[in-house]
Amino acid sequence: MKSLIAVLSTAILSFVAGIFLPWWTVAFAAGLVALLMPQKSFISFLCGFGGVFMLWLGLTIWIDRSNDGLLSARMALVLPVGGNVVFLHLLTAFVGGLIGGLAALSGKHLRSIFSSVAP
Amino acid sequence: MRYFLAILFSALTAGLIFLLDRPLGALPPLGPLLGPQHGFWQNAESKDHDFGGSLSLAGLKGKVDVQLDDRLVPHVFAENDEDLYFVQGYLHARFRLFQIDLQTRAAEGRASEFAGDKAIRFDLEQRRLGMRFAAENALAEVEKDPESKLVFDAYTRGVNAYIDGLTQAELPLEYKLLGVQPERWSNIRSALLLKMMARNLSSGTEIDLSLTNAKSVFLPDELKKLYPQVHDSLMPIIPTGTPFADPGITPVRPASADSILFGKSGLEPVLSGEKHAPDPSNGSNNWVLAGSKTSSGAPILCNDPHLELSLPSIWYEMQLQGPNSNVYGVSLPGSPYVIIGFNDSIAWGVTNSQRDVKDYYRIKFNDDSRTEYWFDGQWRKSKIRIEAIEVKGKGTIYDTVAYTIMGPVMFDASFTDTLAKGENLAVRWTGHDASNEGRTFYQLNRAKNYDEYEAAIQHFACPGQNFVFASKTGDIAIWQQGKFPARWPDQGLYIMPGEDSTFFWQGYIPYAENPHVKNPERGFLESANQRPVDGTYPYFVPGRYITPRGVTIEKKLMAMNSVTVQDVMDLHSDYFNSLAEDVRPILLKYVDRAALSATERRYLNLFEQWDLLASPDSKGQTIYECWFDSLQSAIWKDDLDRVYPSAPWPEEQTTMEWLARDSTYMPFIDDRRTDQIETLTELVTNSLKTASVVLQKHEREGKLNWSLFKEPSVNHLLRDALPSFARKKLPVGGNGNIVNAITKSHGPSWRMVVHLTSSTEAYGIYPGGQNGNPGSRFYDDYIDTWVQGKYNKLNLMRRGEESSARWTLTLKPL
Repeated sequence: MKSLIAVLSTAILSFVAGIFLPWWTVAFAAGLVALLMPQKSFISFLCGFGGVFMLWLGLTIWIDRSNDGLLSARMALVLPVGGNVVFLHLLTAFVGGLIGGLAALSGKHLRSIFSSVAP
Repeated sequence: MRYFLAILFSALTAGLIFLLDRPLGALPPLGPLLGPQHGFWQNAESKDHDFGGSLSLAGLKGKVDVQLDDRLVPHVFAENDEDLYFVQGYLHARFRLFQIDLQTRAAEGRASEFAGDKAIRFDLEQRRLGMRFAAENALAEVEKDPESKLVFDAYTRGVNAYIDGLTQAELPLEYKLLGVQPERWSNIRSALLLKMMARNLSSGTEIDLSLTNAKSVFLPDELKKLYPQVHDSLMPIIPTGTPFADPGITPVRPASADSILFGKSGLEPVLSGEKHAPDPSNGSNNWVLAGSKTSSGAPILCNDPHLELSLPSIWYEMQLQGPNSNVYGVSLPGSPYVIIGFNDSIAWGVTNSQRDVKDYYRIKFNDDSRTEYWFDGQWRKSKIRIEAIEVKGKGTIYDTVAYTIMGPVMFDASFTDTLAKGENLAVRWTGHDASNEGRTFYQLNRAKNYDEYEAAIQHFACPGQNFVFASKTGDIAIWQQGKFPARWPDQGLYIMPGEDSTFFWQGYIPYAENPHVKNPERGFLESANQRPVDGTYPYFVPGRYITPRGVTIEKKLMAMNSVTVQDVMDLHSDYFNSLAEDVRPILLKYVDRAALSATERRYLNLFEQWDLLASPDSKGQTIYECWFDSLQSAIWKDDLDRVYPSAPWPEEQTTMEWLARDSTYMPFIDDRRTDQIETLTELVTNSLKTASVVLQKHEREGKLNWSLFKEPSVNHLLRDALPSFARKKLPVGGNGNIVNAITKSHGPSWRMVVHLTSSTEAYGIYPGGQNGNPGSRFYDDYIDTWVQGKYNKLNLMRRGEESSARWTLTLKPL
């Protein structure tokens, strides 16, 4: 349950921050959630990864559908995915997920520092 | 340990973001490109995207209504001219920002800022030709005229209003792919865009350097045979028999001309030359029919400018209604005004004049510093311009260009093709002179009759254009308008001495004496890049003319009566090959059938039975092209190879006409490289054998049909970098010298038909779409219509007809 909340919070926070801030703002969203919601290292990583991965994949699928796949077909031949649109979605989501996951790990370990120095 | 892990993971995260935020090898910055809220996904325009709405923009004076129809064509209704051109600039930026930014940077010699070091040579050529210098001179002239300045200023504010409001997500896709940012607009950039057109249309219409090389090998008499001024089959723009006034200026041939131009001194070959010279297939057709020739009794005007086909297209369709104008047509993104179109009273169109308005002069410098040059018996100071070229990812490189009173020294020891001795060649080009071509369009957009049309085109200097005209009052006319030097015979065909003014242009042909016709008896006029006049015109007018299209159009129009809109649309799409009609009997006369293999005979039969149409599925057209190409090569190559580094190829028209006359032609027929004397029969037969090898290879690949052989494409502006943004292998026929002039990369960039009935019936099509965004359904939606030879109906919208619009965009002052 806690993990699910972490995943959803990461996704929502990333989305809201993404409206105003640059693309890498997902790192702060994922990091902040892990900082505030303590979990085991690996679980933090998965939550951060999953939150951003799902957000980005959801967004690309939604955008692609309303565009009738016009641009993704062209871009799948520009980026190194061999013309495969599914890979293009996955590549996008994976890049976001990896940043989210690593940022969540950082947040989790930063928390350990704060909790250890706190009285 | 805790510290260590916290620092490790934070560093890893930051490091990954850092890496993804910049280009990795050939890959664009992946982070900002992939992020769905910022990157390319944001350019994937929803199929239900709402282009309407209401916006407040700083710089507007009043409210402007933009009615966008279902093809995304804006119909702009403004209360004053400033707002009208502000909104034109805004819309050009909204739909074509990357295009106008790239094209004006390229015009100025700044393509390397986007393309990196592969564009350096291109940039150097633009700088050395003095493109910025030309634009500065033009802008100074524009800004002298308060009305023109007001328009340019307003246009610039409009472009910038869009750029300033852009978010990262809205940035055109190409910027995200290249990892670059747009640059704000300024009036000089509009001037640069018009100079880019001037360069494309009037800088490739001379072959002075290679002709100078040819002159070192061929005798004057041979040069006349290889490169004749007037073709036998010419059907000039000004109908033969039209009387010309006595010349207002008679240029005097310098006494030394023959010995200097054709003597034995100063014959060292030129080792320079442009690598990125404009394509000579930048041609066009236009024609106009008087009411006496049409079924309705109202004039019909047609135009199809042939330019490099690109996505986004060079044209952007729109209607501009201001307090004293209401005009519809195509605009050039980057410049205000409608360039080709119609209003409630008149219609006009343009084709290129192909006239030579650019000459080269040899300069003698004091030393390598090029700070002084010898002129009129003394050393004169040259103006030195330091050019800094910013190369993406590679820093800045510098170049020094010396300017003389003739113009910039384009070629010198520091800028040639080879490491051998380079000559100093200054360029004299009318494109450098102060002029305000935009003023012509400002007035044409508002013109109501012939007199106002004639007044409008007086402002047009470069590139020389054939302005075709029709009015609802029934007048038709054509003027070849531009600033053309009055030359003595042969002046400007070859590099000229620049040590004094003896060989300078002595004046210009008075505008009133430019070739023109109004309301001819025969009821129609046409131009198709042919020589404008026959030999009776009192001036020497060299150029790079194209003869066959004019012949086809002239013959077809001559034969037509009670012409309808459908008839002229069919003519736009006409595939008849006039040149092949003349070449075929020659080939069939000389080919030795007994010497042919079964395959070669099969190709010969296909060619013999060919209907002379370059249709997409024609095999005869493919055989014709391959055969005639190899025949030309067989005739000329051995002769031209004597010229170092290269001589111009004679035109196909020249080859055909000499073969048709034959006997005097024999010295060129023989292959100099062999001991025996070759005959035309051997050449024609052997060239079919050579062609058959190529044809067989294509046939095996299933590419013998003309469109599959030619593979016509409309590429994205970044060409090979983005093949998936192009539309390739289009099923269209045609060729450069055929009315439907589609080549591999060039063709009718806009086809327009205007029937000047009381309510105006107009049609148009260009191979592209209104929205430059490759993620929009409006990016290439006209291409299929264009391929089919069909048109969109052009609707000059009235106030009160707004309900026919799909979206309404209301722009208000802030």
